[in-house]
Amino acid sequence: MSAHSSHTPATAVLHRPVPLGRAGGRRALLAWIVVAALTLLAVAVAGIVLGTRAVTADFSQANLAPSLAHPFGTDWMGRDMLARTLAGLSTSLGVGLVAAVASSLIALALALIAALGGRAADAAVSWLIDLVMGIPHIVLLVLVSYALGRGAVGVLAGIALTHWPSLARVLRAEILQLRSAPYLAASEALGVSRVRIALVHIVPHVLPQYLVGLVLLFPHAILHEASITFLGFGLSPEQPAIGVILSEAMGYLTAGAWWLAVFPGLALLAAVLLFDRTGSALRSLVTPEEVQR
Amino acid sequence: MSYLGTGSKYAAASDAAVSSVAGAFVRAWRRIPWPVRTLVRFVLLMLAVSFVTFALVAASPIDPVQANVGQTAYLTMSPERRAALAERWGAGEGLLERYGAWLFDAIRGDFGESLRFNAPVVSVVGERLASSALLLAVAWLLSGVIGFALGVVARARRGSRLDRAICGWCYLLSATPTFWLAMLALMLFAVYLGWFPVGFATPIGAGTEVSFAERLHHAVLPALTLSLTGVANVALHTREKTCEVMASDYVRFARLRGESELSIVVRHGLRNLVLPALTLECAQVSEIIGGSVLVEQVFSYPGLGQAAVTAGLGGDAPLLVGIALATATIVFAGNLAANLLYGVIDPRMRKGVAHVGA
Amino acid sequence: MSSIADARHHDAEFHHHHAHAAASHHGGGHHLLTVEHLSVSFEMYDAQAPFFRAGRVLLPVLRDLTVSVHAGEVLAVVGASGSGKSVLASAIMGQFESNALVEGNIWFDGEAMDAARLAELRGRGIALVPQSVANLDPLMRVGDQIVGPTGRSTDARAAAERRRARMRELMGAYGLDAAVERLYPHELSGGMARRVLLISALIDEPRLIIADEPTPGLDLDLAVHALDDLRAFADGGGGVMLITHDIELTLRVADRVAVFHEGTVVEETPCASFASPELLTHPFTRALWHALPDRDFAPVEGESPASDAASVSVEGEGRS
Repeated sequence: MSAHSSHTPATAVLHRPVPLGRAGGRRALLAWIVVAALTLLAVAVAGIVLGTRAVTADFSQANLAPSLAHPFGTDWMGRDMLARTLAGLSTSLGVGLVAAVASSLIALALALIAALGGRAADAAVSWLIDLVMGIPHIVLLVLVSYALGRGAVGVLAGIALTHWPSLARVLRAEILQLRSAPYLAASEALGVSRVRIALVHIVPHVLPQYLVGLVLLFPHAILHEASITFLGFGLSPEQPAIGVILSEAMGYLTAGAWWLAVFPGLALLAAVLLFDRTGSALRSLVTPEEVQR
Repeated sequence: MSYLGTGSKYAAASDAAVSSVAGAFVRAWRRIPWPVRTLVRFVLLMLAVSFVTFALVAASPIDPVQANVGQTAYLTMSPERRAALAERWGAGEGLLERYGAWLFDAIRGDFGESLRFNAPVVSVVGERLASSALLLAVAWLLSGVIGFALGVVARARRGSRLDRAICGWCYLLSATPTFWLAMLALMLFAVYLGWFPVGFATPIGAGTEVSFAERLHHAVLPALTLSLTGVANVALHTREKTCEVMASDYVRFARLRGESELSIVVRHGLRNLVLPALTLECAQVSEIIGGSVLVEQVFSYPGLGQAAVTAGLGGDAPLLVGIALATATIVFAGNLAANLLYGVIDPRMRKGVAHVGA
Repeated sequence: MSSIADARHHDAEFHHHHAHAAASHHGGGHHLLTVEHLSVSFEMYDAQAPFFRAGRVLLPVLRDLTVSVHAGEVLAVVGASGSGKSVLASAIMGQFESNALVEGNIWFDGEAMDAARLAELRGRGIALVPQSVANLDPLMRVGDQIVGPTGRSTDARAAAERRRARMRELMGAYGLDAAVERLYPHELSGGMARRVLLISALIDEPRLIIADEPTPGLDLDLAVHALDDLRAFADGGGGVMLITHDIELTLRVADRVAVFHEGTVVEETPCASFASPELLTHPFTRALWHALPDRDFAPVEGESPASDAASVSVEGEGRS
């Protein structure tokens, strides 16, 4: 008689599923998206509402440390730093959004050309990527901004022209994979034009990856806009952008006006962190292995 | 994966679509020894970068002559040099002719005169680079080593509190504007606590004779700030790469042979992370240089980055081109080194198998 | 050792839920490996529900699976590719995905196992022969991988030397040149890779080998060699669980066949039963029999999908 047949047949549990935890899961993702969207909306509204307050000087209220009346303090012209921070953030987010959209469109166009345009086009795009990545981002931003005579257009163009390579590479790989699908081969054999195939059959399929890439580009664009503006190449000093505010704060660091630098910087950091985390949560959504976990 | 490696990856992906003429060209190209091919690619890329840089600066509506009429460099210039300056950076001749003339001079080592620093561009770049070198090297090494260690440790203890702490800290750091971090450091450690000087690489008025200790004292705060922002990038990427390695078939097999998790990380993890880490460290060169522009500006550290800002704001066209090329050369040298090292480290490439990284 | 250590079953004798073969020993009075009522399912989001409202549901892969391996026999688990056979191998070796729910009883050499004890048996009783060279570290020399991790102490070094000596012995026995241990995985030919993978299992002197699809990608000659080596291990007293989709090749070397279908073993029977369909009890097994080459491809009675059965051997055909 074998030893085990005397055991009771009750089945043992060898392994249980590990709970997803708070950070994982689709509901957490939904929360990120909602919070990010609401923040974007709130900051945009605040920027419009507080636009005039942010530039209104009141010398009787100059250089005040944070208080109930001025939670973020005031600067040397007596301007309320809370209003300036919110207005600056809305400017920065606006510029970042436009630049990120433009950059992602460049990425999409180049990915389509690389994946569908044949070997020469592919080589040309990869060459272009090497070129753009061969110069440090900030230096290239300074160059583009200089070429366009500084100002808002320079920043927008600079960010749009420098941030596309990583997304272009992701999309290109995705499109190459799609291209081997039988229905696309059939369309090609039927003589459907490449442009039509690209727009009707390919773009809708890479839309999820594209949107994720766009959301992930956004925080980078905000950060770099602020950086280049801070250096003096970006938005003009009259605009209440975060880069401008922090650049002005530089002059008051030694005077002990810490609030001029701390709060606007924190606001920028929070915005960047929020959109970066939202983008990562979205990315895990379109990554097949993680979709089901 | 190095972006310079993508060339060969692209080639492999679309081999089938090669027309006969292009095919012959590709075959001839592949017969050239691999290090030579890499070098040729680098030289061509450098030429393209120099052209793009020159074209961007030359296309600017900012007229270097008008922007610098009052500068000593311009006032002491001979009329011929003034005319040459106006011709090269003005809107007269075609772009290609002007680039050709610039390239002709540049190959002989003449990058023109800096208008802001009243010295040849070559010597300004050399001086500034020497001053930045310490900063860049320390930040690059620290961020590379600490970032790599944090990334591997985080993955080795995946899901633990340590992992979450490292990741959270890195997310926070990578969302922090570099220049703002520099401002906070300056406020806290230099202004409030007074541990470090407020700026400049040397005490003001100390002349040229500065001790190494003094230089170090001035470089500590900028270097640490720069390292700190670099750590996040390296750590997060290393963790991601470690995750990929630990999910591979060979790690699964090692586990099924009874090898402990620690032993797997040490024996298979580190070994297979060498190549991605190499790529990452080289990409980091570019990040660190970019960050140094911001950090040097905040700390008034007279390095290459600060000179770039001065040149850009001051319409110093020759210097701006010179600095952009210098930074691009450093980035390229890093990538070239990585590509050549791949060949030494990866046995699949050593034996002539055309395969880059993973 | 019990007095019935070498008790043998008569051919095709039926008990313990399965029929036996001549080679099946009950060493120590029990099976080498027994898996009873094993169910594995993966917790996933409900694919039917709206995206953000989807709850977690269990997707079953193995259902109430029972199978046994005796000492001295080759048991083939035969089923279509991608039907979850590898999940069985992972479960026996105590490796579970984080979202897996695994229930059932596993005995090894008469002792009931839990997850921790199964993990302890890796390389110390149960060894895996994986499918391909992709399971070797591409950047480590083959010899170092076969020997495995070694410590730095004097004792550990001596142990490592003994393992290295045993590896060389095995390599000699399997006709591998001494230079092979200095090669990297990408430099191995298909035949060399197969022997390296087998040696990396044999070096641990296992009692049970689980071979997970060891033949795909090999030409017929090499595949037969691979199976003969497993046969030789079983003849030496070890047990082999051969997981495969290639029934035709399997029937040449295996003692018994466990037919895997829809996440469970529907029939566990000696190879001899495949001589005639009357000896097979389950409709799916009969469909499998009919799909074998030089049999009439008769439509099958019963609820079992004949096309699925056909795919088992058709894939086997496409092997070489």
